[in-house]
Amino acid sequence: MAYSDKVLDHYENPRNVGKMDANDTNVGTGMVGAPACGDVMRLQIKVNDEGVIEDAKFKTYGCGSAIASSSLLTEWVKGKNLDEAEMIKNSDIAEELALPPVKIHCSVLAEDAIKAAVEDLRSKRAGV
Amino acid sequence: MQKPIYFDFFATTPVDPRVAEKMMDCLTMEGNFGNAASRSHLYGWKAEEAIENARRQVADLINADPREIVWTSGATESDNLALKGVAHFYQKRGKHIITSKIEHKAVLDSCRQLEREGFDVTYLDPGSNGLTTPEAVANALREDTILVSIMHANNEIGIVNDIAGIGEVTRNAGVLFHVDAAQSAGKVPIDLALMKVDLMSFSAHKFYGPKGMGALYVRRKPRVRLEAQIHGGGHERGMRSGTLATHQIVGMGAAAEIAGEEMAGEAVRLKALRERFWEGISDIEEVHINGDREARLPGAMNVSIAFVEGESLIMSLKGLAVSSGSACTSASLEPSYVLRALGLSDELAHSSLRFSFGRFTTEQDVDTAVEQLRHAVEKLRELSPLWDMYKDGVDLDQVQWAAH
Repeated sequence: MAYSDKVLDHYENPRNVGKMDANDTNVGTGMVGAPACGDVMRLQIKVNDEGVIEDAKFKTYGCGSAIASSSLLTEWVKGKNLDEAEMIKNSDIAEELALPPVKIHCSVLAEDAIKAAVEDLRSKRAGV
Repeated sequence: MQKPIYFDFFATTPVDPRVAEKMMDCLTMEGNFGNAASRSHLYGWKAEEAIENARRQVADLINADPREIVWTSGATESDNLALKGVAHFYQKRGKHIITSKIEHKAVLDSCRQLEREGFDVTYLDPGSNGLTTPEAVANALREDTILVSIMHANNEIGIVNDIAGIGEVTRNAGVLFHVDAAQSAGKVPIDLALMKVDLMSFSAHKFYGPKGMGALYVRRKPRVRLEAQIHGGGHERGMRSGTLATHQIVGMGAAAEIAGEEMAGEAVRLKALRERFWEGISDIEEVHINGDREARLPGAMNVSIAFVEGESLIMSLKGLAVSSGSACTSASLEPSYVLRALGLSDELAHSSLRFSFGRFTTEQDVDTAVEQLRHAVEKLRELSPLWDMYKDGVDLDQVQWAAH
């Protein structure tokens, strides 16, 4: 399959790979997908006191498009507040990376990941 | 751009230059271009002579009588002709067919078609090593069974079934036995004077012959009857009509002869390459060989590398041409049905790679593959949340995943 240059770039040089302490109250973790389906994404965001995402990390098990989608997402969410981050649409990711139709589900997974990370953070803060 | 090193000899092989040369002699006005069915002039006689020579070459590879070879367009057509041809001819005797879940799609889809026509098909589960045993076949036989179709070697994992053993079972039961030998012919010995196989499918492009060319072995003693699937001029004793493609047939014959001559030496060489490859990667954590360790084709290596996904692995292996059982490399998004039938988890099926070594693979190629594979696995595990969890001691089977 021929990938777009942007997918290849994110695949070759993935941005913001890593792991944060999931117990930190300023960190929200979204883990989506399943090994049986061939992709699992873990996206983590770190939010400062103003509610702005100052850092994001990911790790992804999956095809090149899944890795690229999550890598791109970490770039996009930095500097956004939670409401803005939640607004990111899978179609924007798919368009930016020029994903073929058979790979659209990778961008859907990325959207699910950021939503899950935001939700995790909100429920943590509500609990504090 | 430098081409990647080819490790996909089970998908197809290049035509051996010695074969290509013989094929080119059968195309132009100066060459042997005639129609073998032309009985009235030298052009036809020459073409017929070349075709009958090739028929003998293919028969020699499997120790059969040349009159038992029917030319086809490839193993897919041979499988279709064998299954539908036998089923249609013998349907008054019974309507039950036995096959296995890891057969090639040409067999499985022919069986599906026969089911639509009212036949009853039993699909045997292979063992976790991929093998279908004579006992499993014996246990599935019924009063109305007319045909058993079990492959010799599997195209994905390279295991080699005991077809001699299965042949004893079917012959005793008076049931016909078809074997898809597309993947094994020319790689391991086949002796049809000894093996009680009634029909066998071949494909030239799997053993350094041309694509679009195959054969079906149809036993004469005891005689096997077929209902033709392609009708026309009555070529190939009425079993498969159509003007014979002299250059293709000559190519298959030449390829069969070379394969027969070089098989013993090649088997030793390829097995050594396979073991060299395995030694190079076996110390990577959580790497598993798929399919039986011993009963396998010399050049076959199918491995699952846990916690990395097959397609992204292939993306990393830019210098290597290999194939994967991962869903992402297929149009269907389903992981390999062969690996799943072995009882592999979906995750390990997604994480599988097939390396197939062949006539033009060198030790240096294998060393390059090992180096690139090790590098890619390290990189992708660094990216993998599953690897993190495994390293943290999390039991991945106990995690509640959100399937999508």
